[in-house]
Amino acid sequence: METVFYSLQDFMLCTKTVTYVLMGLGLFGLLGYWLFLTGRDESIRKF
Amino acid sequence: MNAQHPSTDNIHNKTTPAFSPGRLIRENKLTALLIAMGLFVTVIRFTQGLGGVSNLDDNYPWGIWISFDLLCGVALAAGGYTVTSAYYLFGLKDFHTAVRPAVTSAFLGYLFVVVALHFDVGRPLRLVYPVFVSQGTTSVLFEVGLCVFLYLTVLAVEWSISAFEWLGWKGIRTVIVRLTIPLTVMGVILSTMHQSSLGALYLIAPSKMHPLWYSPFIPVFFFISSMFAGMSMVVFEGSLAHKGLHDQMDEAHLRDADKITLGFGKACSIVMMGYLFIRIFAIAMDNNWNLLSTAYGKWLMLELLGFVALPSFLYAVGVREKKIGLIRFAAVVTVLGVVLNRFNVSLVAFNYNLPSAEKYFPHWMEIALSVFIVTLMVTAYRFICTFMPVLREHPDYKAH
Repeated sequence: METVFYSLQDFMLCTKTVTYVLMGLGLFGLLGYWLFLTGRDESIRKF
Repeated sequence: MNAQHPSTDNIHNKTTPAFSPGRLIRENKLTALLIAMGLFVTVIRFTQGLGGVSNLDDNYPWGIWISFDLLCGVALAAGGYTVTSAYYLFGLKDFHTAVRPAVTSAFLGYLFVVVALHFDVGRPLRLVYPVFVSQGTTSVLFEVGLCVFLYLTVLAVEWSISAFEWLGWKGIRTVIVRLTIPLTVMGVILSTMHQSSLGALYLIAPSKMHPLWYSPFIPVFFFISSMFAGMSMVVFEGSLAHKGLHDQMDEAHLRDADKITLGFGKACSIVMMGYLFIRIFAIAMDNNWNLLSTAYGKWLMLELLGFVALPSFLYAVGVREKKIGLIRFAAVVTVLGVVLNRFNVSLVAFNYNLPSAEKYFPHWMEIALSVFIVTLMVTAYRFICTFMPVLREHPDYKAH
């Protein structure tokens, strides 16, 4: 589905909104992924 | 000193065979054949010009020599700055035994990038002009050239410690060891600049590149992908060294190999996931979602899901389950993914709107020359690891 934009303002508002929402999800996703990655590490930090 | 390092001393004395060109050729027939083929192409290149060996034209002045030898070569040689900064700057001492193999492969990688450039530029003797004669300070390519020139010098100095230990030149070796930290800092700065600038080269051609690959953030993509490309290459080379150069490794290198693989696996996994996210953000920023259903979109999905998301997940599972084999497999997929990305940016997405009859496909001699360059690099790596203390500590010198 292609969105029709009538002005640069419309385009920027839409794309930036979507990007910021994705960034928020990405930050939480990355945090969850880090917990998954380090879930079985020993408690003593070696690196 | 020898009494303190009995195992390394044994290895050092045992594995220094006498150099014999005739024996080397007999034992390495395939290598000799590939080098002979490369020399044949070299003669044609320098007697008949670029047109005699390549399919380059005005639409495609850069072919696979740039895509593979330069873009992939520089990205995959990034292990030098990642490992040295991890060890010397961030103090991750567990990576000690990975430093010299990484610096050696980075030095050879950059060295042969420059060798390959001599085939690709129309007037190779003028390769030094941008740095010493006519500086185009407004050009991104000037910045790339200057950084590669300086970083190759830095790597040569860092790598020379192994050569000087082999030659027994203790005085100059001591001087260079004292320069390690400044050299590492310079290496990180120069790598940050030119790894990203290689991507910035394509910012000048927004109308020629497919929108799914063109982005104002392409320098960031190139820099971040170089991090996991370099670390994956170190893991991949380490697994090859374990098979082919096992007898050259001392106890410390054999013992630490798994720990280093796990460390790099973890780093690659999280960096690749971050890279995947910012590639998706770039699609959102340009509102290119509708292009994902096209053939180019499916190709991009293959690149991102098959060669970024999948190896990132494989790395994560390998690290969680302590499966070294899985991490090594993920490293191979990652290396292939970085090669695919560089080919996509410089060849597949570049000139995407040209009719298929005008598209570029490399001449067999272009491929032969790239194979020749890789063969030379592998041969040089084997030579260095056989004769110099790269995969083992030299018994006369303390670790620095």
